[in-house]
Amino acid sequence: MSWLTGLLVAHAVVGGALVASGHRLRRAAFPLGALPMAAALVAVAVTTGEVAGGQVRDEWSWVAGLDLDVSLRLDGFAQLMVVVISGVGTLVMLYAARYFGDTAVAGRTAGLLVLFSGSMLGLVLADGLVLLYVFWELTSITSWLLIGTDHTKPEARAGARHALLVTGAGGLALLAGLILLGTAAGTWSLSELLADPPSGGVTGAGLALVLVGIMTKSAQYPTHAWLPGAMVAATPVSAYLHSATMVKAGIYLAARLGPVFALTGAWRPVVVGVGLFTMVAGGLRALRQNDLKLLLAMGTISQLGLMLVLFAVGVPEATAAGCVLLVAHALFKAALFLVVGIVDHEAGTRDRRKLAGFGDGWGPVKVIAAVSAASMAGLPPLLGFVAKEGAYEALLHEGAWGVATTVGFVAGSVLTVAYSARFAATVLARPAPGATPVPAPRATFVAPAAVLAGLTVAGGLAVSALVEPLTDGATQALVPGAEHVHLALWHGFGVPLALSALTVALGAALVVGRDRVARVQAALAPQRDGDDVFAGLVHGLNVVAGRVTGVVQSGSLPVYLAVTLLTAVVTPAGAVLLHGRFPGWPTFADTPLQAFLAAVLVAAALVAAVTDRRFVAVVLLGVVGYTMGLIFVVQGAPDLALTQFSVETLSIVVFMLVLRYLPSGFKRRAPAMVTWVRAVIASTVAAGVFALTLISAGSRTEPSVSSEVVASAAEDGAGDNVVNVVLVDIRGLDTLGEISVLVLAAVGVVALARAGRRPRGLAPPESDDASTPPAPEAVETAKEGM
Amino acid sequence: VTRSTVMDTTARLVLHSALVLSLYLLVAGHNQPGGGFVAGLVAGAAVALQYVAGGVDDVRALSRVRPWFILGGGLVIAVATALAPLVTGGALLESGEADLTLPLVGTLHLSTALAFDAGVYGVVVGVVLMVFEAFGDEPEEATT
Repeated sequence: MSWLTGLLVAHAVVGGALVASGHRLRRAAFPLGALPMAAALVAVAVTTGEVAGGQVRDEWSWVAGLDLDVSLRLDGFAQLMVVVISGVGTLVMLYAARYFGDTAVAGRTAGLLVLFSGSMLGLVLADGLVLLYVFWELTSITSWLLIGTDHTKPEARAGARHALLVTGAGGLALLAGLILLGTAAGTWSLSELLADPPSGGVTGAGLALVLVGIMTKSAQYPTHAWLPGAMVAATPVSAYLHSATMVKAGIYLAARLGPVFALTGAWRPVVVGVGLFTMVAGGLRALRQNDLKLLLAMGTISQLGLMLVLFAVGVPEATAAGCVLLVAHALFKAALFLVVGIVDHEAGTRDRRKLAGFGDGWGPVKVIAAVSAASMAGLPPLLGFVAKEGAYEALLHEGAWGVATTVGFVAGSVLTVAYSARFAATVLARPAPGATPVPAPRATFVAPAAVLAGLTVAGGLAVSALVEPLTDGATQALVPGAEHVHLALWHGFGVPLALSALTVALGAALVVGRDRVARVQAALAPQRDGDDVFAGLVHGLNVVAGRVTGVVQSGSLPVYLAVTLLTAVVTPAGAVLLHGRFPGWPTFADTPLQAFLAAVLVAAALVAAVTDRRFVAVVLLGVVGYTMGLIFVVQGAPDLALTQFSVETLSIVVFMLVLRYLPSGFKRRAPAMVTWVRAVIASTVAAGVFALTLISAGSRTEPSVSSEVVASAAEDGAGDNVVNVVLVDIRGLDTLGEISVLVLAAVGVVALARAGRRPRGLAPPESDDASTPPAPEAVETAKEGM
Repeated sequence: VTRSTVMDTTARLVLHSALVLSLYLLVAGHNQPGGGFVAGLVAGAAVALQYVAGGVDDVRALSRVRPWFILGGGLVIAVATALAPLVTGGALLESGEADLTLPLVGTLHLSTALAFDAGVYGVVVGVVLMVFEAFGDEPEEATT
């Protein structure tokens, strides 16, 4: 174990402690939570030299029996991801201290953010496929908890559930896909799998399933609808999880797989298709939004589509452009989310129709919004421009399909310019004369966003010094044998620059003709969006489940019994009839006493079957049981007899308890037809059990293991009572399982029996003033004391 | 509950002997007929007798420990016994043994299987108590 494991442990410990601290630490929880994130940032910065020469690895045995190791590795791409995750995380935590203030959810939110950050670090550091999946799901779960923080609001619960169901289902697909890939490659290490990629049908199926996981996690069409729903989360959460990091988990995996599998099967056309469609559709949706946060969310979906396209191409230039875009997007989108949070916090709304402009003291916020929106639109000299130029450059080198992709890319980028302008216009607006001025935010509230915007500018101006080392290492880690990819703000005059100019011009045209665009959009807008589809699916599932339950769980005890008994007998009886061999009749009786007991037993059973009174039936069943015990005694099996007698005694008492709740006689006689059916079923079961016992006892082909068990009971189990040694030692694990089931059954029985009636112990105390009803606390205490 | 003197006396006489018998079965079970399961059932039968004599209140009066603690405690003991060898590097459920010489009683051959069996015993007794807890009340609404 080395410092990589240490970082993850630090996140887990700090996060858990902060969640446990509740609201005691108040807003100080956030700076404390920023500590492990900052530590990760520093650790990565210090080890740059080591990573440049290869990678830092950390391995230790996890489940030795399954050959599973915890293997972590920090290579160039992981380094870039860690910088994004921990860097944005640190800033968001500082911002959140101001956003949440001393509210009751501060400790919990801060802790969950740290836990999420740790899961995300684990995800990008994991080299084992299973480990990667574990962290993948951990991010889903922490995201679910963070979206549902305000759990008293139904829309928060709905949004959280939607996100969890979609990303969770995608996670299961991912698990299946990873298992297929791991099986095909014969290794559970991601780096080994990528170094020696498998091929064939199994690999294709595995990649398809992994792609489903990627699409759900990174909110690609048609599984995108959870991301707008997740915007019910607090803005710092959205800024961190749903723009900068978690939604990039899918992109991360696509980036790892893309360069290796780009030319395998249909990976490239399918992924590029999905990404382009998402980019354009998300852009159109973003342009329709009035809620600034939803606008950014739809913009995120669109940008994620673009990243997916770039990483699916698989060549070094496109991959490098994807890495730049990943960093640029994290910087500008997180900053924009933070701006929306400031606006929402101070103005009380984020609906652009209700925001009437911002006056004195909002200068810094306006600059941040303008810079970040410009980077989103891809304007020079910002980092977003570098990313887009690089992307055009890379795609244009890819021949005909690259040009086709470029067309879709330009369309998406035009929309991006338009919705960036829509966002910026709202924040930059001057207040209308006479409107109540919105109070200006404090400097500490704005500072984290200012840092992000500053990096956007610096990254663009000094791209070769600041960003290139990071993306270069990432590209070389992703694409085997990649050459150095030079990044530059100025590529000279050429097709990419012309395309950029065209994009901006068309985007500006959309802005100028925005009223007409809005009318077209309104006409084109689908009647049902992804949310409705999801709600419909969930509703449909419930309806189907209800119908199936209605058929399968008819509620009729005789039907359940008939199905269970017939299945239990007919299935093995069929096998016996096919393969069994009749061994001849056994001795009828060893002693006259046996015959007598058997006769009593049969007579009691027959009378029990035809009696009208429940009480008589129970007593006769008891007679059957005790007679059976006597037969054991006659056969010389004292322990069996002892058990049989005890079980029988208890069964009768329990039967009697239950009888008190039932009518004394059985229901009116059933129709003759039903009685016959029951008689046939009962006889079939009886005959089946008889035949099964007779034939299976005579069908032995291998020597019995009894002697072996008896020998090992005395030797290994150190006991002479073989039955007991089998129970507690040889088959001890079975016994452990059985008593667990027994405990569950007992708890269930009590819960069922008590449902709907007040236990006697809960009667309100009469000694107190009888006229006042018992205080609710008293009832609660009584319940706990039960 | 209508009490009968004969039942009361019988229950009082039998209860303790039955409980001692169940403990004997538990301890002796490794080498002679018995074991945690049977022992628990015998104790359960004794509890049932108590119930027949005095209703659920008499059963509750048997012990201050509530049934779910006996039930859960049994499971905890069994699981702890099963896991204990892992701590010392052994295998799950691996059994150890020791001879214990007590004055008057003589030498007892003890195995960790006995602790596991005690867990089984607790679970079985707990289940029986839980059932009385669930169904042992006088039916309140006789109409049902």
